[in-house]
Amino acid sequence: MKMFRTGPVLTAIGAVVSVFLMLPLLAVVPISFTSKRFLSMPNGNWSSKHYTNLITDPIWLESILVSLKVGLVAAALSTTLALLFALGIWMTRPRFSGTMIGVALLPMMAPPVVSALTLYFFLKDLSDINSLVGYDTWLGVALAHTVMVAPYAVVIIFVSLSAFDRKIDMAARSMGASVYTRMTQVVIPNIKFGIAGAFLLSFVLSWDEIGVTLFVSSVNAITLPRRMWMGLRDNVDPTVAALSVVILTIVSILIILRALHTNFGKRNT
Amino acid sequence: MRAKILLLAPLLGFLMIAYLLPFLGVVKLSFTDPILGINNYSSAVTDDLLINVVIRTFRICILVTVLSVIAAYTVTFLWLRGNKMTRFLVEVCIMVPFWISVLSRAFGWVGLLSNRGVLNSMLKSVGIDGLPFSMINSEIGVIIGMTHFLIPFAVFPLASSMKAIDERVLTAAVGMGASQRRIFWQIFVPMTKSGIIGAALLVFVFSMGFYIMPALLGGGKSVMIAELIYLRIFQIPQWGLAAAMSVILLAFVGGFLVMLIRRNGEEFK
Repeated sequence: MKMFRTGPVLTAIGAVVSVFLMLPLLAVVPISFTSKRFLSMPNGNWSSKHYTNLITDPIWLESILVSLKVGLVAAALSTTLALLFALGIWMTRPRFSGTMIGVALLPMMAPPVVSALTLYFFLKDLSDINSLVGYDTWLGVALAHTVMVAPYAVVIIFVSLSAFDRKIDMAARSMGASVYTRMTQVVIPNIKFGIAGAFLLSFVLSWDEIGVTLFVSSVNAITLPRRMWMGLRDNVDPTVAALSVVILTIVSILIILRALHTNFGKRNT
Repeated sequence: MRAKILLLAPLLGFLMIAYLLPFLGVVKLSFTDPILGINNYSSAVTDDLLINVVIRTFRICILVTVLSVIAAYTVTFLWLRGNKMTRFLVEVCIMVPFWISVLSRAFGWVGLLSNRGVLNSMLKSVGIDGLPFSMINSEIGVIIGMTHFLIPFAVFPLASSMKAIDERVLTAAVGMGASQRRIFWQIFVPMTKSGIIGAALLVFVFSMGFYIMPALLGGGKSVMIAELIYLRIFQIPQWGLAAAMSVILLAFVGGFLVMLIRRNGEEFK
């Protein structure tokens, strides 16, 4: 039977756009192998020194550690806060829940630069009271990241709650289970993948965060994206290219595996 | 009742202290720094530099919105309606850039387009010499970088509206002898109208708050409103002005977000 198909013009434009999407990512690969210390093509002199740089240079190593610490703390905090909040809304169905959800999602919807300015002033004020958590400390950055990634954790946990059958919780409730028992014995075990997903997404978002980080750190708490930003702004350091290639490789493998599964995997459709 | 408060209070309290109150501080600052009054706001419509920045922001954002929605439409079409191999390849081309950090992507464009970059090296090697041209450090660079960043975001609303099309409508049109082109323009595109508007609003809202791409690819020559806020905090301190710009940006983006949410709300009914 004749069907509505993709025409040649649309296919051609779509192919051009697809290439456009991948082009800058692939352009990084040759640059990462240059033997020079500035942005250039290898021109025959291939070298892996920028990759070695990544794991031997204390500057880069330290930034990787800062990013790991910030990401883990931000992910743990945001997942905990988001889990309590989502359970509160879902189990007790309070009045004004629409407004409360709106407030919780605010940092996700406001322009990042506005949030960044706000958090800058918040951490500056915090620095006046203590030296541990504040402007340009790794805990301060983690706190700022928590604000930014918590809305995403809330969304992920709400999605997994919406897939959970409320009748099970109602059964527990009718048999006299307290809120605490329902939470720990019934609801949380059933949404554990959602909680893990919220933690993972929070970590990844914090690991990648640059908009707010630029405002709330300067010389002490330099996360990996901030280090990349410095490497890009000052003299276009090819180490940034090497790092990009490493991340590109990991992401590509994951995406390709997933795409193979969704497009070629066994399905009954 | 106690459980309700214990669950909801941590996240809401945290956001109140770390986000809402400091934002009120920003609002207050915009009216009090350097002197009491609304001069920070009035200079947004009287100062030539600021007017230029606002006009440039709109010009770039509208252009980027149009370009990325059209580009996203073609790749989404291929992604959903191509054969298995096409779907696989296009999915990889959409998802890999989506998960790669904005810094790596900006670096990719610098590496590709700068005068020592990949494109110029290739032109040189095939004999086109003498014109090392650079497309970065200009408005064109910013537009290319932003379009590249935003295409994957436009894909998702478009994909959901294309998936919602009833295949039988298209089959019926083929059965009644409509040409492929006519089906596309008179049936397919009108039926995805809500996706197109949703994608355009989303991309426009996102693009208004950008400052990483303009800062890295614009070379200080095409400052947009968000980058101006950054510069007014960290380079030429004019905190009151930066605060006022943030409030204006938030109000503007907020207006568009309300439109976006209203639209989605109607679709659910």
